Amino acid sequence: MKKFTRLFEALDSTTKSSRKIEILTEYLATTPEEDKIWCVALLLDKRPKRPVKTNLMKQWTAEIAGIPNWLFDESYHIVGDLGETIAMLVPQLYSGEDKPLHQWMNELNMLTKKSDDEKKQYVTHAWSNLDKSEKYIFNKLIGGSFRIGVSSQNVFRAIAAYRGFDQSKVAQALMGNWSPYSTTLNELLDDKLNVLDDSKPYPFYLAHQVEGDVANLGPIDDWQLEHKWDGIRGQIIVRKGKVYIWSRGEELMTDRFPELNSLNNFINSDIVLDGEILCHDGQKPLSFSLLQTRIARKVVSAKLQEQAPIKFMAYDILESNGEDIRSQPLSHRRVLLEKLVKDVSSPQLLLSSLVQVSSWNEALQERLRSRNQRSEGLMIKHKLSSYEAGRKKGKWWKWKVDAMTIDAVMIYAMQGHGRRATLFTDYTFAVWHDGVLVPFAKAYSGLTDAEINEVDQFVRKNTIEKFGPVRSVVPKLVFEIAFEGIQKSSRHKSGIALRFPRIHRWRKDKLASEANSKQDLIKILDLYGE
Amino acid sequence: MPELLEVRSEGIYCSQGGFFIDPWKPVAKAIITHAHSDHARPGMQHYLAHHDTVPILRLRLGEHISVAGADYNKTIDINGVKVSFHPAGHIIGSAQIRVEFKGEVWVVSGDYKTTDDGYCVPFESVACHTFITESTFGLPIFSWKPQDELFESMNTWWRQNSADGKTSMILCYSLGKAQRVLHGLDENIGKIYTHGSVENTNHCLRNNGHSIKDTIKVDYYTQKKDMEGGIVLAPPGAVATPWMKRFSNVTTATVSGWMAMRGTRRRQNTDFGIPLSDHADWSGLLDAVKASGATKVLVTHGYASSFAQYLRELGLDSRPLITEFGEVEAADAASDEASEKI
Repeated sequence: MKKFTRLFEALDSTTKSSRKIEILTEYLATTPEEDKIWCVALLLDKRPKRPVKTNLMKQWTAEIAGIPNWLFDESYHIVGDLGETIAMLVPQLYSGEDKPLHQWMNELNMLTKKSDDEKKQYVTHAWSNLDKSEKYIFNKLIGGSFRIGVSSQNVFRAIAAYRGFDQSKVAQALMGNWSPYSTTLNELLDDKLNVLDDSKPYPFYLAHQVEGDVANLGPIDDWQLEHKWDGIRGQIIVRKGKVYIWSRGEELMTDRFPELNSLNNFINSDIVLDGEILCHDGQKPLSFSLLQTRIARKVVSAKLQEQAPIKFMAYDILESNGEDIRSQPLSHRRVLLEKLVKDVSSPQLLLSSLVQVSSWNEALQERLRSRNQRSEGLMIKHKLSSYEAGRKKGKWWKWKVDAMTIDAVMIYAMQGHGRRATLFTDYTFAVWHDGVLVPFAKAYSGLTDAEINEVDQFVRKNTIEKFGPVRSVVPKLVFEIAFEGIQKSSRHKSGIALRFPRIHRWRKDKLASEANSKQDLIKILDLYGE
Repeated sequence: MPELLEVRSEGIYCSQGGFFIDPWKPVAKAIITHAHSDHARPGMQHYLAHHDTVPILRLRLGEHISVAGADYNKTIDINGVKVSFHPAGHIIGSAQIRVEFKGEVWVVSGDYKTTDDGYCVPFESVACHTFITESTFGLPIFSWKPQDELFESMNTWWRQNSADGKTSMILCYSLGKAQRVLHGLDENIGKIYTHGSVENTNHCLRNNGHSIKDTIKVDYYTQKKDMEGGIVLAPPGAVATPWMKRFSNVTTATVSGWMAMRGTRRRQNTDFGIPLSDHADWSGLLDAVKASGATKVLVTHGYASSFAQYLRELGLDSRPLITEFGEVEAADAASDEASEKI
């Protein structure tokens, strides 16, 4: 555990990816096999279920620190991380002996079945034997994310360097279902288990947003254009007559979409398709908010299936007749895909149609129509591209439509947490309605550090009233708020809910009186409402 | 009858005595707890501060200001109000201001820490009826490690960088933190360099009889090569200026109580964080409140509403007091830049 804590601190002390990979490679090369797999699982967020409820941990901490619950909550709000808050509040009483990472993980696993009293005894005993850094790591072993800036790609790179493998081979070996309790890193890499695992998906190929003028990509005939549908990116796997559905977040979602489960009745060879899981009525896609009613449901009623019908919009084929065809050119894979969708002829399996244009200018016109078709914009894929692993530049680009925007006035500010604990960084925005400002959105990202400091100073000097951590401020600052979607909502005071609102820029050139009105928002709602 | 001290738009005011304490707008008579720029602002007709604060006020606000010096623990009569200065342990010359009228005693703490840092006069508790306390680190998550331990980790960091041929740079306020860091640095490791604003403060303090380790000001003639293995003390504001071009192969550390939180440590974007503070931590604040014996506690800058709420639950009469203190980071960075131009 001391070694894993030192690894964490070393990774945390640098922002350079190359250095992080070096540190991780060094750790893998010098750590016992049983601990390696746990390190990889934790960094990839493939972790066991939390054995101890956070509420219990809060309660025990408040007891040990001798503080009321509200003061724990205030502290937590400022620190922004439960594991760290606890580490800061609970003192170390003894210097305990060091246990290896896998032993901690096994002990925590056994805790799952124990009573709350036994859990309390185990956890508080561990707390009093660990120093602040170790306590923080221990709390993270119980649950929560490390947020340490090590992407899965970087983990793959480090493993690739450590074993002298190709990075995409590592990515492939670590996909799908495996358990750190029952396997080792070397077993995974040496493919001993993969032959048995029919459910294993391929790493997703992800695109960057196109930069600069799209015409710089060269002749449009070299590229395949299609819409970027607004659902859940997924893979459908049919192997040995069984269906597996994976989300891009590597979650196995087969049971959530029974509509797609019957595809094995139509397909009698082993195939893997990449595509979008959508709510769709057979004619056109339905709203993303409808799909949201399905995502979390593990048991799906017939009624819900009728209200929110699911289809799979196929983009690509990665495996055909049991053969990995990712390295074949896209144009070739497209021919296979079209044939397959036609042969299968299932109402649940749709083909993402190509956008037929003869110039970039025509493509631009089609992109502008995206929102009306509930698409997020266009995908531009090179016809000769192979299907890569991870986010890569060059052959695939996304060309999303610009976000919708509205100018709004900041009326409340709240102190941020985590990285921004000492600054006012979380703001509430309002638009005009009958001469009054009505709040409609909260946002906290999109400003530079210098701008955040400037707004923070403004808030401190222009506070009207304080309500706990929230301050109402003189309505003076105008910001352009960007968002991806808009819908009616009975839960919000304004009657409107925005999807992914964020600060696009600070309109220092505008007075509060020049901000938009609720009427303007309703116009957008009528045009594009979900 | 008005209270002995009240907050007006200019600052904390004693109407009986006709003076302000650490006012944020220009007034006739200002009593200053310490020379940090959120407490000692320009534009007052007359200043009264501890003897050790006087030369720093002249350095920062100009030679022309009208300023008188006071000793610790000596009573001054101002319009029938008894005023005295008492050590606050925050930085050199820092004081709590005790105000007494007709047997009623108030104490304004300014900024303080209750532990002895070995270089400025340590905090002395003053009995009072009403205590006005800061609350910069007024949450139970803040609990400082002993100074020796922090100095040791600072020197270990420097020693390692020195062995790697790197130049170390410590970011710390030029007044207070810089001298405390100097006090803790092991000069056997290498040479100690300073940014102009730190050097100006050091120079001023040395001239006034304070013993401060020898330092070398980084100037136009300083060679990058000479500084390898050495350490540079600079204010946080220096990082974003062209001044940084004078260094190569440099590794940075921030020395501040905020470094106790991972989030602020990351935000600072320096390579290392040392959670050393000149403010009291949670238990330090509680100890000071208890030792004052005050039944009424007014809480200024920091986590004022939480700290006051907690004191109320302990049975004290307590509420937050809105002031314009606690902007030291922005204000000091600005004044550090100004003094570099001199």
